[in-house]
Amino acid sequence: MEQGPAGGSAAATTAASAGTGTGTGGLVLPLSESEQQRYSELFSRCCPPPEAAAGGSSVGELFRASQLPPDTLHQITEICGAKRVGYFGPAQFYIALKLIAAAQSGFPVQIESIKNELPLPRFVALKNDSEVRYGTPAELHGVKFQVPHATLEKNSYKRTDEGDKQEPKSPSMSPICSPPASPSTYQRIPLSYGYGKSRSGLEQQHGAPYEVRHSTHQQDGPSSGNYGAKPAAACSTLNRSLSVEREQQDSSTHYSDDPWRITEEQRDYYINQFRSLQPDLNSFISGSVAKNFFTKSKLPIPELSHIWELSDVDCDGALTLPEFCAAFHLVVARKNGYPLPEVLPETLLPEYLQTASLKPIRDCTLFDCYSESLPGGQQTRDFARTEASAEEAPDNSALLQDAKKDDKQALKVRTPVKTIPKEFQHLSVKTAAQESHALKARPRSRSYSSTSIEDAMKKGEEPPTPPPRPQKSHSRASSLDLNKIFQQNTQAVRSGWLPPPPPALPPRPSVSQTEPVSEVELHPQLNRPPSQAEENSSAKKEVVLAQPPSKPARRKLRTETQGLETPEHSPTINVTSSLPAVKPHLPVQKQSSKQKRAIQTAIRKNKEANAVLARLNSELQQQLKEVHKERIALETQLEQLRPVTVL
Amino acid sequence: QNYPLYIRSVPTENELKFHYTVHTSLDVVDEKISALGKALVDQRELYLGLLYPTEDYKVYGYVTNSKVKFVMVVDSSNTALRDNEIRSMFRKLHNSYTDIMCNPFYNPGDRIHSRAFDNMVNSMMMQVC
Repeated sequence: MEQGPAGGSAAATTAASAGTGTGTGGLVLPLSESEQQRYSELFSRCCPPPEAAAGGSSVGELFRASQLPPDTLHQITEICGAKRVGYFGPAQFYIALKLIAAAQSGFPVQIESIKNELPLPRFVALKNDSEVRYGTPAELHGVKFQVPHATLEKNSYKRTDEGDKQEPKSPSMSPICSPPASPSTYQRIPLSYGYGKSRSGLEQQHGAPYEVRHSTHQQDGPSSGNYGAKPAAACSTLNRSLSVEREQQDSSTHYSDDPWRITEEQRDYYINQFRSLQPDLNSFISGSVAKNFFTKSKLPIPELSHIWELSDVDCDGALTLPEFCAAFHLVVARKNGYPLPEVLPETLLPEYLQTASLKPIRDCTLFDCYSESLPGGQQTRDFARTEASAEEAPDNSALLQDAKKDDKQALKVRTPVKTIPKEFQHLSVKTAAQESHALKARPRSRSYSSTSIEDAMKKGEEPPTPPPRPQKSHSRASSLDLNKIFQQNTQAVRSGWLPPPPPALPPRPSVSQTEPVSEVELHPQLNRPPSQAEENSSAKKEVVLAQPPSKPARRKLRTETQGLETPEHSPTINVTSSLPAVKPHLPVQKQSSKQKRAIQTAIRKNKEANAVLARLNSELQQQLKEVHKERIALETQLEQLRPVTVL
Repeated sequence: QNYPLYIRSVPTENELKFHYTVHTSLDVVDEKISALGKALVDQRELYLGLLYPTEDYKVYGYVTNSKVKFVMVVDSSNTALRDNEIRSMFRKLHNSYTDIMCNPFYNPGDRIHSRAFDNMVNSMMMQVC
């Protein structure tokens, strides 16, 4: 695929090795007038007049401003002969500039390539200078949107413009950044460059320098990433996300310009891709499925292998959502020319990703639901909706759904189960029927429970939340349920309210997003008969039951940990029995007693959760052993089937 | 068969000698694993222990259930290495190997290029030397 500098540099690497050593000897370099002018300008910038050679540091700065990868710059330096002669004389400097232009246009870094007509090299605004973007780079291959604008920018003055308004300037600034153009190309993905730029512009709260950097980075990003390439292919989206990622890097002054940080759009995109491979966001993608998917990105197998190694932190041969996001992110980064790290960056760790994704949503949803005091299930539903809407704005839809669901669940669960203790005043008012409805709805609404749960867990409690790994690998309901439990507990602790009932694990995000009514319907179906029965029967009165059963119910939804639920059921049931006592108070009392109950409930829940977790832990251990045995058996078979090779 | 999937030595001089030793010790490994007969193949111990000592070094062997053999040659003068340590080293190797197998991009039978595996082996060797 054509990429801008990134592709160019990759090609340059191989080409450079061939071309190294030609140096500048005997090379007649035709320079156009504009080139002459620009180059001499640059040269004088780097090299104070009296000296004949450009200072190494200023030259280095300038080269870095060209946004080319360091190896390309090294090659350029070698080829232009500066290394041989030891300094950057005018000849070397001009040749280097031409090579930079060539690399930025996607040509291999070779002496031959600079003999052609080339656009002027682009440099990101240099810090010491007031600006500057030099010339407009030639259209980057594959950057469709850029093409129209590529020729626009000849001036570097955009920089200042860019500084303040990313969107308007971007087209001028970088060939890549034409917001109007990019959306068209990136229709598929919100990550389009234009968006990225506008986003960065919007997001930029910082001053001009950041913006400039953003724009420049963005330019480089898109150029390197040949975004236009494949609207439909995953790869293209990868590129796009990468460009977005790049933009994000720059614009993320918030995010400290970290290329390894996943932006919201990227996360959204990754989650969509995950969903296309595995509809259940709480479950994981098997190795073979992931292999086929990532092989489409056309990266070499050893690199893919390394990416897998980095992202599959629990080494279980499957990718959960955070792992998948990390892997996808690495692929995108690699495609854009970033060298693969040896260790997984902190921002790509599954725990981090889960926390990050869940945090914003949970917070807003929780507070939303808690603050409101709508009576009955209606409220919960409303809350859920409002939460959803509120959340959608800031976060990924996925996350929103999650939060929404959680909230809904929390509300609903509260009313039926917790009855009194629930902090949701509105909940308490609701009738049992509503509550039970709510309860059911909640489990459904939960979409990306795993992430949210884990996040919640992280936020709150350590013991319940074993490192995300076990949870991830066991997306089975068990881990998620537990997470939810903890999440609730955490929230309760935080807000003093009862922790929202564990959000329903239901892996159907769509369900959650639909009307609560539909959710309710689904819930009955989804919820396990036993739990449902319990809930229904006790329903109004057995608020308690609702809670614990909801937890195990969630598990069942997971499909995997059916067995786990049963054991958990019993403990929860025990707990629930104690809860009914609380119920009578609920209808009568309001906030004051509710809070007390909430705390009591929270404590109880925590204990339940602990027991459940312990049990889950042992069960998982056993499963792990079995899986290990299976793996070893498979290895044996594989060995036997392996064709005979001669040493 | 019996081609090396991964080979690494720390003192880089005389490396070929170690390679040769490893290769010849494969015979001993085969001998040990066939000694138990087919019926007991499941119960066979993975750790084979000291294969044979020579004047300069000791050779330890370990076989996985999928007939992947790990052979370790250590200097005889290194008396600090106990059997338990050797066992734990083999266990770590085995764990890393299974991690590699989890990688869908790894075809069993390929040479191992995993960086994580390299790092683990290097750290282990540094620890001993």
